[in-house]
Amino acid sequence: MTVVDQVKPGMPWLPTKKEKSQKFVSFLLALIASVVLLFVTGLNGKLGWVFAFFISYVSISFITEYRKAGKPAAQDSLLTSISRFAIFLAIIPIVSIVATVISKGWRGLHWGLFTQDMSQATVNSPITEGGMLAAISGTLIMVGLALIFTLPISILTALYLTEINGKFAGIIRFLVQAMSGVPSIVAGLFILSSIVYPITQSYSGLMGALALSILMIPTVARTAEEVLLLIPSDLREAGLALGATQWRTVAMVVVPAVKSGLVTAIILGVARVVGETAPIILVTGGGDATNLNPVSGPMGSIPFYVWKSFLLGGTEESSQRTWAGLLILLIWVLLLFMAARFISSRTRKG
Amino acid sequence: MSTHDEVPQENSQPQSGDKMKTTTTPHSLADVASARAVKAPGTQPLGSGLEARGVHAWFGKKHALKDVTLDFAAGTVTALIGPSGCGKSTFLRTLNRMHEFIPTAALAGEVLLGGKDIYASGTDVTKIRLRVGMVFQKPNPFPSMTIGQNVLSGIKLAQLKVSNTDDLLEECLTRAGLWEEAKDRLNEHASALSGGQQQRLCIARSLAVRPEVLLMDEPCSALDPGSTFRIEQTISELSQTMTIVIVTHNMQQAARVSDYSAFMLSDGGPGELIEVAPTNELFSRPRDKRTEDYVTGRFG
Repeated sequence: MTVVDQVKPGMPWLPTKKEKSQKFVSFLLALIASVVLLFVTGLNGKLGWVFAFFISYVSISFITEYRKAGKPAAQDSLLTSISRFAIFLAIIPIVSIVATVISKGWRGLHWGLFTQDMSQATVNSPITEGGMLAAISGTLIMVGLALIFTLPISILTALYLTEINGKFAGIIRFLVQAMSGVPSIVAGLFILSSIVYPITQSYSGLMGALALSILMIPTVARTAEEVLLLIPSDLREAGLALGATQWRTVAMVVVPAVKSGLVTAIILGVARVVGETAPIILVTGGGDATNLNPVSGPMGSIPFYVWKSFLLGGTEESSQRTWAGLLILLIWVLLLFMAARFISSRTRKG
Repeated sequence: MSTHDEVPQENSQPQSGDKMKTTTTPHSLADVASARAVKAPGTQPLGSGLEARGVHAWFGKKHALKDVTLDFAAGTVTALIGPSGCGKSTFLRTLNRMHEFIPTAALAGEVLLGGKDIYASGTDVTKIRLRVGMVFQKPNPFPSMTIGQNVLSGIKLAQLKVSNTDDLLEECLTRAGLWEEAKDRLNEHASALSGGQQQRLCIARSLAVRPEVLLMDEPCSALDPGSTFRIEQTISELSQTMTIVIVTHNMQQAARVSDYSAFMLSDGGPGELIEVAPTNELFSRPRDKRTEDYVTGRFG
């Protein structure tokens, strides 16, 4: 055996057992201190306890670190424990929303949801009667149409901002950013007052798609712009130096190089609008019967289904319908985000 | 790069085992340069000449290039040398109208290609860039295309008609010195190649549209000595059929590959052309004191 064989790989930078137990002790101390605080002060309830624990944990870890390693290390640990708490607080609502929706929604799921609509049932009918066919098909049609309207406009806007970068690029970039902050109900009211009342004088899925497009365009355009900015100008110059026109360079070199980034931008745009409720309710009329024609007659949608079940119900059945509708919407959005992440991670690997 | 300005000390470059020193053991740049067969202008009928006439360039208010008049005879290799910021690359980019892509760029003067000013109004700029190709400092193959598609990309981008793309593919890769390494990998993505191979791929790509002039902007600055040697070989072979202008920081390279060398310098103001001469003359008997200082490594 040589000396080298006897050397074992280790990770000396990790905390030792002693340090770990010290951390655990200070955690326990904080726990006890928080309970004491709860009794001594007027704090009560879960929130009060979280607050008390936060204060005692942060101060105890600050003091122990101060005694052990001095002031800079103590400041470091102070920031670490505060940001750990921030993360904890940020995760609570997300986990709790997902958990609540799943636990309350899964009992409302049945195959009839995908084959029946609410034209023969009310929100208070037994849960096996009626379904979400109108809602699901309506959302699919409206989001699909919105996608068709949005795609060329937003991608061309992004290309104008990055490739042409003309005189108006600054103001357009500003407008796109401002538009992405527009409250969604404003988009609905805009379509209502500019098209539905003066022109069509009837609700339809097309109007819903238009309202969704207004919300989708800035999202897709901004994400697409960011993706396009990642392309090194070297590549554009290489295309141009080969005697290509600018548009052929964009179409054959720039866009293919960011194809998956653009797909991600589009998916994020869809995820942004798929759960929009306010503009949809304003302009589609909200149908209960399945309507596959986007230009005439009211059209249902998943958010409308959820909204109506909640608003008009009051029974166990209507509440189950609400949660089941939310669950399906949530699954859809989660799938879209997962697809976006999957595609963009594949891009990075090249 | 490390090779920058290490002029007379041949051994200061860790290039042992490199083929470029096997035939002769030159001791100075002038020796290296005169080891090349000097090519007189006009002896090569192929390619087109390029003439810069009083070219000035600006970026915004900054005068970057002042009154450069320089002829590139058909079928010759001309090296543009000089310290950083002297306007070499700017000048090179005025020769195929890439200069105008910088938003604040401005220009004065003429660049004659086959006797016609490429900046004359009504000139189709894409045709100019087809005739005057360019290889960039960093290898920049198109990432979404395979090796084969990269070589033929110019044909597609410029919408040219080619009867036999397979022959063209082989010809361009052979001329760029990449055929043997790439012939079995044509369907792989270009990113699978090494940096030096990617740069040769970029040369092959610019050859496919059959340019008459090839501009090279420090094509070897990002490459190791072995790849540099391959590309220098490629340049020598290409110079049989086309006019080449190469910007380089490496004077060894200028001495090895070029027929003519032009020394440019900026004294804080715009870059100017100080001296142009056959390469061995410029390195052995520079007429200007500033050139002499630069090529002997006294400054820069």
